[in-house]
Amino acid sequence: MEKKQTPLSYLSFSAFAWVVGLLIFFPIFWMVLTSFKTELEAVSIPPSFISFDWTLENYAEVQERSNYFKFAMNSVILAVGSTLVGLVFAVTCAWAMAFNPTKRTKDALLWMLSTKMMPPVGVLVPIYLVFRDWGLLDTRFGLIMVLFLMNLPIMVWMLYTYFKEIPTDILEAARMDGATLPKEIIFVLLPMALPGIASTMLLNVILAWNEAFWTLNLTTSDAAPLTAFIASYSSPEGLFWAKLSAASTLAVAPILVIGWFSQKQLVRGLTFGAVK
Amino acid sequence: MGAIRLEKVKKTFGTLDVIPGVDLEINDGEFVVFVGPSGCGKSTLLRLIAGLEDVTDGKIKINGVDVANEAPAKRGLSMVFQSYALYPHMTVFNNIAFGLKMAGESKDVINDKVNNAAKILNLTDYLDRRPGALSGGQRQRVAIGRAIVRNPAAFLFDEPLSNLDAALRVNMRLEITGLHQELKTTMIYVTHDQVEAMTMADKIVVLQAGRVEQVGKPMDLYSKPANKFVAGFIGSPKMNFLGGTQAAKYDCHEIGVRPEHLVVSTEQGEIPATVKIAEHLGAETYLHVNSDEFGPMTVRATGEMPLSGNDKIFLTPEQDRIHRFDANGLALGHPLNA
Repeated sequence: MEKKQTPLSYLSFSAFAWVVGLLIFFPIFWMVLTSFKTELEAVSIPPSFISFDWTLENYAEVQERSNYFKFAMNSVILAVGSTLVGLVFAVTCAWAMAFNPTKRTKDALLWMLSTKMMPPVGVLVPIYLVFRDWGLLDTRFGLIMVLFLMNLPIMVWMLYTYFKEIPTDILEAARMDGATLPKEIIFVLLPMALPGIASTMLLNVILAWNEAFWTLNLTTSDAAPLTAFIASYSSPEGLFWAKLSAASTLAVAPILVIGWFSQKQLVRGLTFGAVK
Repeated sequence: MGAIRLEKVKKTFGTLDVIPGVDLEINDGEFVVFVGPSGCGKSTLLRLIAGLEDVTDGKIKINGVDVANEAPAKRGLSMVFQSYALYPHMTVFNNIAFGLKMAGESKDVINDKVNNAAKILNLTDYLDRRPGALSGGQRQRVAIGRAIVRNPAAFLFDEPLSNLDAALRVNMRLEITGLHQELKTTMIYVTHDQVEAMTMADKIVVLQAGRVEQVGKPMDLYSKPANKFVAGFIGSPKMNFLGGTQAAKYDCHEIGVRPEHLVVSTEQGEIPATVKIAEHLGAETYLHVNSDEFGPMTVRATGEMPLSGNDKIFLTPEQDRIHRFDANGLALGHPLNA
């Protein structure tokens, strides 16, 4: 049932939404602002908002001290790589669960999700030892595997929800039309689930991009992504806030831009099925 | 060519016997309708023939070859679904062409066949559209087009008209009958609507609880039902079942009289009754009456009858049109029950 909205309640809701939005946005705004200050102004009290000497020297210095593009490239490879590998497994898993469910399918789904409830540090030692013994430490391949496994439950869940919305009749029609299972998935299921797959991939890229625990613990230099790049600026000789901000800005910028342009898709994807 | 033979086909879901064991013979070129109340297993039986469900036991022979363990595509059958089941992301052309593409036909052959089917089904102007931009009737025609281009051994229809409105349903019914006359391909058609069954079928299979109750030509089922279930299911309005003095008179447990086989009089007759509701349709009149002995009954009289609620009338069954049933509901004197 739809309630009639009074101007007053509309106004207060809008004001509340703006406050929450600004609260969430403020740290990012402050980070970007600080990255254009000198180290001295970055820690000055009271903090200056606009009236300071705008400078790009932090960015120059950050690029000089550490190769941003190497880290960025690693981030791209890890995020995209883990997403693509994950997609292959998630599509097949979700297909089986959505269209050929058994008595235990719900349990399996819940069990998969429950693995996300465990703190990752609980398995750090065994995974670290496996990585060490198999020579996977600081390799992109190793990290792609870890990231893909970490995010697989979420991918399976999301795709499962999308696939559930697709009428079984249409897949059966394809089967009657002579499509083999791979063709049925590639020519009929995937095109129909495209919006869902796109938002699943997008979310997974974002999650993998922002993942810091495993990337920091399992890499040193060769496979280190932008999270490690930021971390390298919290140095033992004291925090250089301006440089740290510049590094952080550089690290979040790509994903922020992607997120901005795909927010419609992302919101639609995450609420898919909930509103229908 | 498409003769289909079911031998002791059985289907269980867990511990539930959905189809306890069906034997059925469908001749080449025949239009067979599976009819029965919802949950009677008619759709399951069709899906078993299609290969969309695995049989638990038994044989499904198409042209003499057992295909019970073959994939749906290998059986050479086409199916039209209740929901149309069109591919929403493809144009009408590609929807119809999909099966041909999967079969690896050449572009020229695909073009020819699709255009030909589109012509038969009046879809030529819509080939570039997506299913979302079509009306219900057009979508159903696309689904039929998709079925005919594959030149199947038999067409399977799973309640194809239930999603259409009443007027369109009558049109599509005629179109499908016309298509059958033109193509002369075996068709198996599932419906719960006995009017569709009566008007379209060469042969009707009446199902209840997964069992075949009777198989026969529409008029045979109407005039010689094998049991009470078939008698009650075929024909609209439903047959009246009378026990007591009427049954005793014919020396049986119960008699069945169709509403159109009751003679109405305002002066005399065997069964006195009171009119509850009179429905005047012009060409005929439906009387819903109540008899002290037999309870509610339905009468169908041709033409206009000047009767209304609370009128007293007398009903007399036409002697040569009554059906006699024993205590188990089997028709007495029926060859199937001899």
